[in-house]
Amino acid sequence: MFVARPIAADHRDLIHDVSFDFHGRRMATCSSDQSVKVWDKSENGDWRCTASWKTHSGSVWRVTWAHPEFGQVLASCSFDRTAVVWEEIVGESNDKLRGQSHWVKRTTLVDSRTSVTDVKFAPKHMGLMLATCSADGVVRIYEAPDVMNLSQWSLQHEISCKLSCSCISWNPSSSRAHSPMIAVGSDDNSPNILAKVQIYEYNENTRKYAKAETLMTVTDPVHDIAFAPNLGRSFHILAVATKDVRIFTLKPVRKELTSSGGLTKFEIQIVAQFDNHNSQVWRVSWNITGTVLASSGDDGCVRLWKANYMDNWKCTGILKGNGSPVNGSSQQGVFNASLGSANTSLQNSLNGSAAGRNGKRTFFPSPTPFDLSQDTSSLITTKRNSKGLSKNTLYTFLY
Amino acid sequence: MEELDVEPPLTLIPGVDSKSKQMCFAWAPGEMLVYETLFPKECAEKRPGCPNIFIVRKDKDVYSQTLRKLFSESHGIFVGLQRSEEELGGKSRKAQLVRVSKNYRSVIRACMEEMHQLAISTRDPELQCQHSTQVCILSAMELIWNLCEILFVEVAPAGHLLLHLLDWVRLHVCDVDSMVCEVLSSENPSKHKDFWNAVDIFVLQGRMDDARHLLSKEASANPTSMGMCKILDDLMKKMPILSIGNTQTLTEMELKWQHWHEECQRYLQDGTFSSNLHMESICKILLGDENAILEKKELMTTWYHFLVTRLVYSHPTVKPVELRFYAQSSLDLFLGGESSSEPLDSILMAAFEFEIHQVIKECSIALSNWWFVAHLTDLLDHCKLLQSHNLYFGSNMREFLLLEYASGLFSHHSLWQLGVDYFDHCPEYGKVYLELHIERIPLNTEQKALKVLRICEQRQMHEQVRSICKIMAMKAVRNNRLGSALSWSIRAKDAAFATLISDRFLKDYCERGSFSDLDLIDNLGPSMLLSDRLTFLGKYREFHRLYGEKRFSEAAKLLLMLMTAHIAPCSFWMTLLTDALPLLEQKEVIFSAEQTYELMRCLEDLTAGKTDNQKLQVDDVETTKVEILRLALARNLARAIVKEGTLEGS
Repeated sequence: MFVARPIAADHRDLIHDVSFDFHGRRMATCSSDQSVKVWDKSENGDWRCTASWKTHSGSVWRVTWAHPEFGQVLASCSFDRTAVVWEEIVGESNDKLRGQSHWVKRTTLVDSRTSVTDVKFAPKHMGLMLATCSADGVVRIYEAPDVMNLSQWSLQHEISCKLSCSCISWNPSSSRAHSPMIAVGSDDNSPNILAKVQIYEYNENTRKYAKAETLMTVTDPVHDIAFAPNLGRSFHILAVATKDVRIFTLKPVRKELTSSGGLTKFEIQIVAQFDNHNSQVWRVSWNITGTVLASSGDDGCVRLWKANYMDNWKCTGILKGNGSPVNGSSQQGVFNASLGSANTSLQNSLNGSAAGRNGKRTFFPSPTPFDLSQDTSSLITTKRNSKGLSKNTLYTFLY
Repeated sequence: MEELDVEPPLTLIPGVDSKSKQMCFAWAPGEMLVYETLFPKECAEKRPGCPNIFIVRKDKDVYSQTLRKLFSESHGIFVGLQRSEEELGGKSRKAQLVRVSKNYRSVIRACMEEMHQLAISTRDPELQCQHSTQVCILSAMELIWNLCEILFVEVAPAGHLLLHLLDWVRLHVCDVDSMVCEVLSSENPSKHKDFWNAVDIFVLQGRMDDARHLLSKEASANPTSMGMCKILDDLMKKMPILSIGNTQTLTEMELKWQHWHEECQRYLQDGTFSSNLHMESICKILLGDENAILEKKELMTTWYHFLVTRLVYSHPTVKPVELRFYAQSSLDLFLGGESSSEPLDSILMAAFEFEIHQVIKECSIALSNWWFVAHLTDLLDHCKLLQSHNLYFGSNMREFLLLEYASGLFSHHSLWQLGVDYFDHCPEYGKVYLELHIERIPLNTEQKALKVLRICEQRQMHEQVRSICKIMAMKAVRNNRLGSALSWSIRAKDAAFATLISDRFLKDYCERGSFSDLDLIDNLGPSMLLSDRLTFLGKYREFHRLYGEKRFSEAAKLLLMLMTAHIAPCSFWMTLLTDALPLLEQKEVIFSAEQTYELMRCLEDLTAGKTDNQKLQVDDVETTKVEILRLALARNLARAIVKEGTLEGS
């Protein structure tokens, strides 16, 4: 992994969430400053803020994109007890000239009586649907029946989870064999031993969501939850961020003939559990193929996890702050330093794999010495390890 | 297999204080983004520390301009190998695989040359360092690949094995050539300080003819040592060498070797070379004296050169299975006390031990991209060398590596097209990976969308085809490009959207009195049947065309049919009836009496269908319109009756 470029976010307060659109060409950021910003990637790879507007009257917790089949649509949720759906309208000519896009509020979902903690669009095969969850313990599922009229959303389902909800995740599987499914996590921290992850499944017969499973082993507050892309498997993989990172598999047990049309029962297994973050884990999320899980925790690091061919999960990368807060003026310098450190690791790999023990492996042209002293920044903490193994992206394969 | 435990790599994010703050992240298709945040949401301290969001990428090499060539050229070789005929039996199959292997190596070499040129030509020290590093890595890759080719692909038997290993060493230790040039170009070669070094290097590499050529310089320059030179030259000449294509058996070879060895031994013992240290040490080398060879450590530079030299002069008919012992002891002897070995050493050692999995694993640790392991593993798999070794989700190691490599290509804005073919050749998960990756390719232009679409269509990826068309249709609608939107939704077979767009067309027509995108609507053909509204749009446009061509009676018939067959939406009937007005007012009678009755009924249905409430809202214009219509219809009816009566009567 290497840092490709920094983007000055320019939020006046903490950023709570960043979300890429489906193609990775746009992103949205939201912050305690009550605003949402939309960024567009230009042809040369630069990110430019094309819209920034006040969205809520409280901290904005989450922002998320609808599938582009439904146009350019965002949803945000906030401490102000609402979730809002936004749509980009193709700008007036002078807006376009200034390179700005224009977002309009299509609807405000006001059913929650407490802070709305998460908002997620359903998988696109279900149509334009949106789920929210809130601190009052209710998951709400809304639908826009007419994708050309986003001001009309109807509240389709209200699921009472009995516990303050912190996060939701839709099962992305589009297989006909799998009913729509949503997992809900709770960060309720009252001293009880109630399970904090519940899984609800849509029942075709009753046309309602009903609780299919509860992950009994997860009793500590849950901060995030994520189903992995399905890859055509018969079972599901669910990652949970609690006091550690946990990965579960949910294997549907064949429905008995008598209970056909009823709820699926699952055989739940924990396949990995990592406490490397030392304390609370706040976010978990899968890459697009569901082969790498990223987690973020109280140790201030982002860790990447990957399974090998033995179903053996290992940490395959760590992203860590270099420990130095910056002020605006030294920003550029700091970034240069980061480039420098990237080179150091390359240099390590060179020393490790190529240059000989006595520096005399003659078929390798000797490299130009990389003069660290030129870099006056003290930010580089990686030691120049002239003999160690080079550590690169591929180590993921072994173990 | 021995577990390799490697610490996960650490990437430092500048300006973020991990001690007091946390970092959060978001995934994009080919990259990741991290930013500073604080998680317990009620936390009091809100001042942001680090104002930046960072884009973090995985495969740096994918973005290298020079390596691009490596990726694109090896892609062709890879595809060729997949298509190659498995049936080719025995020798020709092997020859083919060796050829493929050599092609891969020449791509690495070409890339290395180019990188080397870049390193030389640039003035930017940092760039130069980067390029030199790449040259080193490519060079190591080629070295490893070449050894694997000899041991695993070529599977050279005893005797020939050593010839290949000698070539391998010669190819990769090229310093000697510049040294020889320097020596030969000097005024008096035999007096050059590196003269004996050059001779030694030739001997160490088994290049007897070259060594003898140099030695002749010494003989001619120094008459006193001429005799000695002659004897040494003779020994070198007589050294038995198995050559490729030679039919002599190993036993014959060993017998000859024994004789030659004894001869060398004799000369050494009777002190023939005792007056010249250089020649004496060469004679010792010829005898395979380990210490004498080790003294030339500086000239060999690597333990594997030492290994090959040692084998040449002491075990010329070494068998593949014996290599591991000699390799390990050569490594130990060469490195002396130093015990820790470098990645390259362990990779080569694993190869000498024929531990293919170990080679691939070690390469995975040491190299910074998946190119090498993916292609090498694929080649070895085609050599039927990889035992079934179930990987995650049951796919094999080859597939695992190819999937990783191709996924990396997909994070690049143009290299992704190469990745498609790699996914195609992964039987287990290739298709689903391709589906997940290709739908994330940004559809910036129609051209790009068509390219992606073609790839999906060729592979019957119906859902992706539908989704791409749908996305494009939505994009076009948002930008008010109705024609494009309509053709994309027809392609997506999206009836609902086609209806919606047809409505837009009709609305536009009502407002402006003309159609846009006539070409498209005129040529809908059978796709018109996708939705009722689209059918109506097509037919209604046909009515206009007929009218424009003054084919009035056909136009009239079609117009009536649109209403009576309920193809037209009710909301549009008034427009249709208004369209009938000019036909009713033509000089000649166009609507027959029967047709006129039908029209009248349509009009009455329309007005009767409206509730009282709606009627109240109907404005004056509408009322007038209805009045005019009724009048026109009545007059037409009269004329039609008269005309029909007259015609019948005549």
